Amino acid sequence: MRAFSYERASTIEAAAKAAASTDGAKFIAGGTNLLDLMKLEIETPTHLIDVNRLGVDRIEPTPEGGLRIGALVRNTDLAADERIRRDYAVLARALLAGASGQLRNRATTAGNLLQRTRCPYFYDTSQPCNKRQPGSGCSALSGFSRQLAVVGVSDACIANHPSDMAVAMRALDAIVETVRSDGTTRSVPIADLHRLPGDTPHIEHVLERGELITAVVLPKPLSGKHIYRKVRDRASYAFALVSIAAVVLPDGTGRVAVGGIAPKPWRDEAAERELPNGARAVTAKLLANARPTEQNAFKMALVERTLSAVLAEARG
Amino acid sequence: MRFDTPAMTNPIDQGKVVGQRIHRIDGPLKTTGRAVYAYEWHDSNGRYVYGYIVGSAIAKGRIRSMDVSAARNAPGVLAVVTSDGIGDLKKGKYNTAKLFGGTEIQHYHQAIAVVVAETFEEARAAAALVKVDYAEEKGAFDLEAAKDTAVKPEEGEPDSAAGDFDAAFETAAVKFDQTYTTPDQSHAMMEPHASIAAWNGDELTVWTSSQMIDWWRTDLATTLGIDKEKVHIMSPFIGGGFGCKLFLRADAVLAALAAREAKRPVKVALPRPFLMNNTTHRPATIQRIRIGAERDGRITAIAHESWSGDLPGGGPEVAVQQTRLLYAGANRMTATRLATLDLPEGNAMRAPGEAPGMMALEIAIDEMAERLGRDPVDFRIINDTQVDPEKPERPFSHRNLVGCLRTGAERFGWQDRSKQPGGRREGNWLVGMGVASAFRNNLLVPSGARVRLDREGIVTVETDMTDIGTGSYTIIAQTAAEMLGVPVDKVAVSLGDSRFPVSSGSGGQFGGNCSTAGVYAACVKLREAVAQKLGFNSPDELTFSGGEVRAGDRRMPLAQAASDEALVAEDRIEFGDLDKTHQQSTFGAHFVEVGVDVATGETRIRRMLAVCGAGRILNPITARSQVIGAMTMGVGGALSEELVVDTERGFFVNHDLAAYEVPVHADIPHQEVIFLDESDPMSSPMKAKGIAELGLCGVAAAVANAIYNATGVRVRKYPITLDKLINGLPEVS
Repeated sequence: MRAFSYERASTIEAAAKAAASTDGAKFIAGGTNLLDLMKLEIETPTHLIDVNRLGVDRIEPTPEGGLRIGALVRNTDLAADERIRRDYAVLARALLAGASGQLRNRATTAGNLLQRTRCPYFYDTSQPCNKRQPGSGCSALSGFSRQLAVVGVSDACIANHPSDMAVAMRALDAIVETVRSDGTTRSVPIADLHRLPGDTPHIEHVLERGELITAVVLPKPLSGKHIYRKVRDRASYAFALVSIAAVVLPDGTGRVAVGGIAPKPWRDEAAERELPNGARAVTAKLLANARPTEQNAFKMALVERTLSAVLAEARG
Repeated sequence: MRFDTPAMTNPIDQGKVVGQRIHRIDGPLKTTGRAVYAYEWHDSNGRYVYGYIVGSAIAKGRIRSMDVSAARNAPGVLAVVTSDGIGDLKKGKYNTAKLFGGTEIQHYHQAIAVVVAETFEEARAAAALVKVDYAEEKGAFDLEAAKDTAVKPEEGEPDSAAGDFDAAFETAAVKFDQTYTTPDQSHAMMEPHASIAAWNGDELTVWTSSQMIDWWRTDLATTLGIDKEKVHIMSPFIGGGFGCKLFLRADAVLAALAAREAKRPVKVALPRPFLMNNTTHRPATIQRIRIGAERDGRITAIAHESWSGDLPGGGPEVAVQQTRLLYAGANRMTATRLATLDLPEGNAMRAPGEAPGMMALEIAIDEMAERLGRDPVDFRIINDTQVDPEKPERPFSHRNLVGCLRTGAERFGWQDRSKQPGGRREGNWLVGMGVASAFRNNLLVPSGARVRLDREGIVTVETDMTDIGTGSYTIIAQTAAEMLGVPVDKVAVSLGDSRFPVSSGSGGQFGGNCSTAGVYAACVKLREAVAQKLGFNSPDELTFSGGEVRAGDRRMPLAQAASDEALVAEDRIEFGDLDKTHQQSTFGAHFVEVGVDVATGETRIRRMLAVCGAGRILNPITARSQVIGAMTMGVGGALSEELVVDTERGFFVNHDLAAYEVPVHADIPHQEVIFLDESDPMSSPMKAKGIAELGLCGVAAAVANAIYNATGVRVRKYPITLDKLINGLPEVS
């Protein structure tokens, strides 16, 4: 870990401004990912801006009938919230499928969205990795890729996004609210928050320097069956090989987002329209442009089989 | 005490303390955080500083140059020690790769420097500033590719044979020939390697985490080129080892070198990623098994060949070991071959040999039973042997494999197993049962102890035996309590210190039986001293009980023997040739029920049962803990544990506990252990045998066989992850 300076921000505007005006600054909230990465010198911020006391830690109703989730709401609290459990069950289930109780107690809503990949080469500073060190190459393409992405990938990077929560939020069409360093705010649909790697896998989202997530807004609740199915090698405390967030109506239509297979939560509205035609039809469209490696090609079949089970459960 | 004739009735047979369910005596220290582990040691005089290891970033090659100037000038840095500055160190007897690499790099993350600073954070930050210019060389990293270059190892027994395998197999009524693979595995114990080294003149004290105090002491002295008598090792509490702490490791060597350079006591711990590539691991194997049998199920021919790899000078994984002894059959052969690989050092991990060997053999037995149309339990029973099949004149000391299988089948409800693979479905789960024999040899290692009786009647045991979480403290206290007729709370046990008599140490499941036998020997001597002191004539006819010594009508308080001065006795158990005249092994049977998700192929364990026949059980609580821990490790081996080799870059990629997946609580819902009531007078005066590794041997195969029974998909390449299953599962659309 490199030496760094630290400040505790007292207002959102001050935090955003400080981040924009300090080279190498980063926000820190729960720290469940950033601190690990700093210890390994994968992240080397020179300045940390602690946002834990900004007060954006409540879940409030919106005039549109949805919920505004403060950026600092801890994963544990979000999953336990009665409104989330009742009206957005897919999100509560996704949260509880992730990490461990201890981590969820610390991890925040905004931090969860911005957590970084678990690609093992990203985690080993002795190995080439275009995401960690642009231009150094991708070790995973010809190396150990079983866990990694099959779709949305590029020749530069096949890392996947590890979040469960974000997959459910993608299915729910959540909106990410931010404040920029000049004090202006904007709303970014979660679909547009993360970028695909292309030639610049080190740039993972559309947020500008100093831009701070303040909340995630859920539109009004969706009726239908809310299912989150996470497939993994062990029963708990493992990242998804494939996960599916689905909200399915009795007529077979609905929404589906997939985790574990792409650099961002993966959803394709055109594929989704095939839901009444079954898992095979959806998967064919969803993974039409997939480029799996030999080691992770099994995810192609696994998505279809898992979705099939999810749809059966929804009918159930 | 020399143990060369079978044990007769002795005080241990009373079973007042030994064999009782006694909670571990060090439990309160551990649950309250007062048990001091290596890295936590503080003494008031110590002003410790911190060393951080720099590991090689390449797997094979040379260091052209190393620039440590930035590290040396970094805040708080006291010293940077590189092998350049130290010169060539000797290698310990038990090490294959050098613990402190020179200009030649033998494996990834081999230690090449240690940076010492006032704080841990400063040391770590400075270590990242060390610049190394490598000349990388091509290496061999792929066992499959290197298999054909494997040779017959120079040591051990690479080949064994009896009868004429080829002829018998050729003419067998039913034949079976399959190949299995097991991956490299990591010990992944909870406590990483950690040491604190302090020099006082030319004397070195090291607090560390070691399973074998005397091996470490000897190899550390050798490595540093100093007199063994000048080295003091202490390792009173150990957070797991599984074989990874049998042999001297880099933390101790570098702490010692760093402390000498910095002229301060130095703490060095291996960061978690170093566990996989800096230390040792269980080597991957390729195993071919051939079995020929009569139609009635009797094996007539059995062959087991195994290939593994290691660094030059290293040894093979002896995965064929159990096949020489487990089942009958007049015609047999085994062969062990070793390829050169430039991966980190392969070495012992819990039940070396049998653990991966049983992973393959016990699937093969299941497959052969099916081919013969026999129940897998019956097939094993039919092929039981009470003698060493290679040398029929040599009996087992005690063997009740059949009892383990029968008891287990009954208790587990084996008769409910679907005869048809894929025949039982509950909702989305395909449910299956599997069985495997358990087998692990019982090893005998000399072990010494010192016992002292003081005027308060407290018995203190000192031995350099270690407690790696196994319960050594407790069973040693039970042994002394039984021998001297006092309750366990009158016994104090001090372990893991090189000033104490050299013990068996903890490894190869020999520690429990052998270290208590050493304590037994010392207690026999102490009983003699007590008898003499109290004026009894014949120590053999004395009863030590209730804090008293009795002969006929005469009774004296035990403590009175130490009323003037403490009585001290020291002895060592040494073993004759009872393990040559008799084959000493431990036996068991593992039963597992799994559910496999019909859509995703996820395997989840539903319940497990182990039945063990392993001599006298010294403490059913700690023995059970050993077995359920081993069963858990077996589940990991079956379902998830694999050190993934990057065959281009030559290292284990998944080098942390997020990516190397050991089972978590949610993976292990229900475990049961049954110990058969037996004792083995050939093993030691304790009549006990090993249990800790037996519990692992066969588990993974029982899981594999249960998966096959559930799904009809036979996977011969561990671990059995869902990607190897889903293409064989029913359509779900």
